[in-house]
Amino acid sequence: MRRVNRDQKVRISLSLNGRKTSAETEPRMLLSDFLRHSLGATGTHVGCEHGVCGCCTVLIDGTAVRSCLTLAVQAEGRDVKTVESLAGSDGKLNKLQQAFQNNHALQCGFCTPGILMSFTDYLARNPNPTEEELREVLSGHICRCTGYAGIMAALKEAVGLGK
Amino acid sequence: MKPRPFDYIRPDGVEEAIALLAEYGDDARVLAGGQSLMAMLNLRLADPSVLIDIARIPELDAIRDLGNRIEVGAAVTQNKLLAWPKLAEKLPLLAAALPFVGHFQTRNKGTVCGSIAHADPSSEIPLSLATLEGEVVLRSKRGTRSLAAKNFQLDMLTTAREADEMITAVRFPVMDGRGTAFREVARRHGDFAIIAVAALIDGEGIARLGIGGMSGAPVVRRIVLDDGAAVKDAVENLAAELDSYEDLHASADLRRDILRNLAPVVVEEAVKCAA
Repeated sequence: MRRVNRDQKVRISLSLNGRKTSAETEPRMLLSDFLRHSLGATGTHVGCEHGVCGCCTVLIDGTAVRSCLTLAVQAEGRDVKTVESLAGSDGKLNKLQQAFQNNHALQCGFCTPGILMSFTDYLARNPNPTEEELREVLSGHICRCTGYAGIMAALKEAVGLGK
Repeated sequence: MKPRPFDYIRPDGVEEAIALLAEYGDDARVLAGGQSLMAMLNLRLADPSVLIDIARIPELDAIRDLGNRIEVGAAVTQNKLLAWPKLAEKLPLLAAALPFVGHFQTRNKGTVCGSIAHADPSSEIPLSLATLEGEVVLRSKRGTRSLAAKNFQLDMLTTAREADEMITAVRFPVMDGRGTAFREVARRHGDFAIIAVAALIDGEGIARLGIGGMSGAPVVRRIVLDDGAAVKDAVENLAAELDSYEDLHASADLRRDILRNLAPVVVEEAVKCAA
């Protein structure tokens, strides 16, 4: 049994983007804040903090989840991946990121990390989705700049739809 | 916003979890997927002293085929059930309703039992459980009991769970080859439904109609399909009889109107599906 009392700070370990790391947390700290403030992984953005906007979406053990609806202690021992994991070590964008750039799928870019992580999970499960399926997954994100048209174009390019 | 401070406890098994509930009772909340509870904590609408995290308990993460019922454990996520290979055959109503539950990203973590425990009046999973006339399995140090769905969800966000009990599973009856259908009206896909309607054909010429979003809990009625006007008349009576609530999204009159228009369509789909 793992127990952490309210005023207690404990060190938790997890794998972040393939590297083992650890930091202190109290029970109420959200994974989104833990990533940004304790581990310095500021690529994950924090929007609504109640699971609606999707900006803070990260992968835990390969599954896209809202990091604002996850406690840091719940990620203990898990494999966490954030948007920082996508580009190569030389800074080269991956196929999905490149498609976003090609299609002007971001303006302010605040929502983009979450969208990229959602589709990293989804496209690993379903590499040949329909446009409807892409829209359905995108409906879990809010973008206030693009009107979604550029994002849909990028997603379609990334999966080779509509060519 | 951020949650108020609380003690976090992650028990290794169900025995430990129910011992903790016996100790803390109403001061504790059970955390599974957290897709409703974590939002309520962040918004400070919930303020427990203790969180008991059951998401990693292996015995709760199972879908069991019991023959005439399918048992879904308390740590099973909505997407895990949606991806279960036998879902369309055994539980076609759930196969139709689950894609409307939140979004892909929240279904990855949100649990089937958590939605039942939360008991939102317009939620798809409690409506499906009520329409199928399934049951909720509750465990405490005092023992195990199972409650019919209609005796479990009592009102809006209110259930018959005692403070020392936890939901360990829900059981959905298998509908072998009978017609089912599900539809809802929401402002956007993935939003809470304004009105959700489930229907299944319940033997010879009888439809079972389940309605979410009209009352504090799902309403389930049987309709004898003896003539062409049976469904329309029954729905008309229901719309008049049910004391519909109002919120920011829809007035009581709008809810009644949606019900009148939606329910006959869903019953017709279930009839076609059965044929």
